[in-house]
Amino acid sequence: MSASEVFVGGQDWDVVSTRTGEDTLVINMGPQHPSTHGVLRLVLEIDGETIVNAKSVVGYLHTGIEKNTEVRNWVQGVTFVTRMDYLAPFHNEIAYCLGVERLLGITAPERAQVIRVLLAELNRISSHLVWLATSGMELGALSMMLYGFREREMILDIFEHITGLRMNHAYVRPGGLSTDLPDGSIEKIREFLDSFPKRIDEYEGLLSENPTWIDRNAGIGILDAETAIGLGVTGPLLRAAGVPRDLRKTESTLPYERYDFDVAVDDAADCLARFRVRVKEMRESLRICRQVIDDLPGGPVMIEDPKIAWPAKLGLGPDGLGNEPGYIQKIMGESMEALIHHFKLVTEGFKVPAGEVYVPIESPRGELGYHLVSSGGTRPWRVHVRDPSFINLQAMPGMVRGHLLADVVAVVASLDPVMGGVDR
Amino acid sequence: MDERLEQICARARERFPERVSEPAEAFGEVSVEVAREGLVEVATWLRDEEEFALLADWSAVDHLDVEPDERRFLCAAHLASVSAPLRLRLRVFVPDGDETCPSLVGVWPAADCQEREMFDFFGIRFEGHPDLRRIFMPEEWDGHPQRKDYPLGGTNVQYQHGQFIPPPDRRGQDTTTTGYPGRIS
Repeated sequence: MSASEVFVGGQDWDVVSTRTGEDTLVINMGPQHPSTHGVLRLVLEIDGETIVNAKSVVGYLHTGIEKNTEVRNWVQGVTFVTRMDYLAPFHNEIAYCLGVERLLGITAPERAQVIRVLLAELNRISSHLVWLATSGMELGALSMMLYGFREREMILDIFEHITGLRMNHAYVRPGGLSTDLPDGSIEKIREFLDSFPKRIDEYEGLLSENPTWIDRNAGIGILDAETAIGLGVTGPLLRAAGVPRDLRKTESTLPYERYDFDVAVDDAADCLARFRVRVKEMRESLRICRQVIDDLPGGPVMIEDPKIAWPAKLGLGPDGLGNEPGYIQKIMGESMEALIHHFKLVTEGFKVPAGEVYVPIESPRGELGYHLVSSGGTRPWRVHVRDPSFINLQAMPGMVRGHLLADVVAVVASLDPVMGGVDR
Repeated sequence: MDERLEQICARARERFPERVSEPAEAFGEVSVEVAREGLVEVATWLRDEEEFALLADWSAVDHLDVEPDERRFLCAAHLASVSAPLRLRLRVFVPDGDETCPSLVGVWPAADCQEREMFDFFGIRFEGHPDLRRIFMPEEWDGHPQRKDYPLGGTNVQYQHGQFIPPPDRRGQDTTTTGYPGRIS
């Protein structure tokens, strides 16, 4: 199998399956396969049970989000980017908004920034839970799947309470947040923070000493630090190879320096090390969340500048939803200027100075970077997303070579690829 | 500008006076413009002699009608250090009509899929890339969608083997415009 024979569109099988070496066989895995985390196609050349060569084929979930943002205004971009890496919607929103804010030369109010930290860390836990649940399921620990999704549901409930949506929130906006935390949020989060440490102990009790889990993971899919860096691999994979690179510590654009937490590092560089790193990260995220809600600053959640801040305030109308009745009264009945202002800002949007920025943040999968280019208009000229899943996936062929066929499942699981982010 | 970054840029200017421009700082980020033909040499030097072991991001921008034709495509490489908070952007301009750029795969293997993405979306050919094919769009796709002159709707939806579905306003009116063997209207 030569590398250049597999295509997104398929129909390549006649060529791929016949051009193999002696005694090797080519098999296809995915794009519809429970262990490929969405629609990832793997073409594997095997000698007996051993992987000789592997190739990943992506593109099945390509939705043209980057192109779409170019024909919307800067605020609408949030609604699109949150749908890329759907397990880490807040990280996408935050990174995008930090990029727009850098171009505008503004900083969100302190309270908004701190709430962003809180949501990012809760989101990191929920994303790692999905990873733990699905990898558990794929490697035979089926109860882990149920537990992981059960606890993730608690976090999604919190998100729904705060933003109105379980996923794809569009809650973070350039300049701050769309609305403040509603009543009862802190209590809900505190309830979760109190109950969750026990659950992590449970997961560790289930898996850490479990001989099957160890056999399936230990020594599998080794990715040493030097190879990882060359391939651009970041996040838990790089930290499991002994490199303590965490953007939250080194170049954070959110106020992480206010909180006390450790970077999870391991040096075994195999699938088991990645498990340990991610479990440790969940504990550290809990620590951050607890510090955030114990010391939550007051104040506005959106910048004051009326030329950028969303004009309407959310509130309950007589119909039980919508904008604040007082505000509706003002723009509809009292002030023509306010109505014009509202109309211009909402339909046309604000202008962003020309230039380009690259804003990286630490998402659950590694460095999530937004390369935003503005031509000075009300719409982005170009939005490029450096998605960590997309880059990390390049390490897969090297990690599976020489392993057994069944280990491919463990390796792909430990990469934690989210195809929504890979294909964008 | 960060002092270390300033020194790195000064050393790069000293080493490659013809190929590396003066550093420009905007929005707190530092960029240098690199001549297209010297890209691999400069990149290798930055990786080996300076701290930029990581190619974080490698993406393109189409500046159609914003920049002159000889600077139409901008390829931006965002380099990062693994241990220090150092970042540098290399800007390479690719002219309209000669959309080629040296490949960085030999310097950072991380460039592999990103160059395939840029080829797919912008049609920039990376010379020296071992396997330059489309990565997201089907291999028979016509055109490069991230180019600014790529039509936004109103065109046929392409399928494999030359089949297509006409845009909604032309469906079912004229059967000769339907390349799809099934019935669409």
